[in-house]
Amino acid sequence: MGKQSSLAGRPSSPAGRPAAVAAPAKRTPLELDRLIHERLRLGIVSALAVNERLSFNDLKRLLHTTDGNLSVHARKLEEAQYVACDKTFDGRVPRTEFRLTAAGRKALEKYLAHMEAIIRAVKA
Amino acid sequence: MPRPPALHDHALDNLRFIRETMERAGAFTSVPGWGGVLMGVTAIATAALAGPVDGSRRWLAAWLTDAAVAGAIGLVAIAIKAQQSGLSLAAVPARRFALAYVPPLVAGAVLTVVFVRAGLATRLPGCWLLLYGTAVATGGVEAVRVVALMGICFMAAGVAALAMPAEWGNWMMAAGFGGLHIGFGLAIVRNYGG
Repeated sequence: MGKQSSLAGRPSSPAGRPAAVAAPAKRTPLELDRLIHERLRLGIVSALAVNERLSFNDLKRLLHTTDGNLSVHARKLEEAQYVACDKTFDGRVPRTEFRLTAAGRKALEKYLAHMEAIIRAVKA
Repeated sequence: MPRPPALHDHALDNLRFIRETMERAGAFTSVPGWGGVLMGVTAIATAALAGPVDGSRRWLAAWLTDAAVAGAIGLVAIAIKAQQSGLSLAAVPARRFALAYVPPLVAGAVLTVVFVRAGLATRLPGCWLLLYGTAVATGGVEAVRVVALMGICFMAAGVAALAMPAEWGNWMMAAGFGGLHIGFGLAIVRNYGG
């Protein structure tokens, strides 16, 4: 049995969250989503966009990062509800898997559109 | 003092990073380059040792031994490359690759028995090349692009071998399992690492 630890449905506590987490709801379409602009978080979201789910270790190897770094950034994405985290046990070994939420996919699409718009604007 | 990167350069770099991450995460990239070259070398050596296709047990044993040796080389090479890249063979891309790659090989093993029992052993080169090519082409859908192309070339070699007189089979085995493995192996080394 898996235990879902997505923050969906939890009461919000803006005071306790980093500024970047609160930002997505207030952004205009032309503003950059700083939450996924950070390189490692962009990597997490990109990798999850082409995989139904990836384990913590898969992401760590893929993005060449450390446990602590991945934990911190995955947590920020989870708090923004861009990714959901499922914690299960494989026998006695805990297993953490991440998947992209609809909001996370939409955020990535917007971010891609934003980057393409910048490139187009320079070419024009 | 160096100028900071322009905004569009930064945007291009971000798009490139997203694409590369998606490619690494979504495709099976542990395709062996040098392993493929070595598999090709053993195939050419086997072609020289086995001689013309005569459907004899000696000829069959030579190629089945080579298949076992090449399979072992491939598995070890994949494991080494995955380890060097820090990628897990239990990850989704590798599992999808295996699921697409193995069934045509199983079909080839079954048809080998059928062909031998039916006295059609001299047509095995075409059958093997065609089904190995199918395995590589279907597995290649989940891997870097060159793998699917290699599979299609193997399939073409298989069709050609089936269309040609049976006596040419050993040459087709050398050209296919030898030449194509070496050629594509070197291309993989050059573009995707050994």
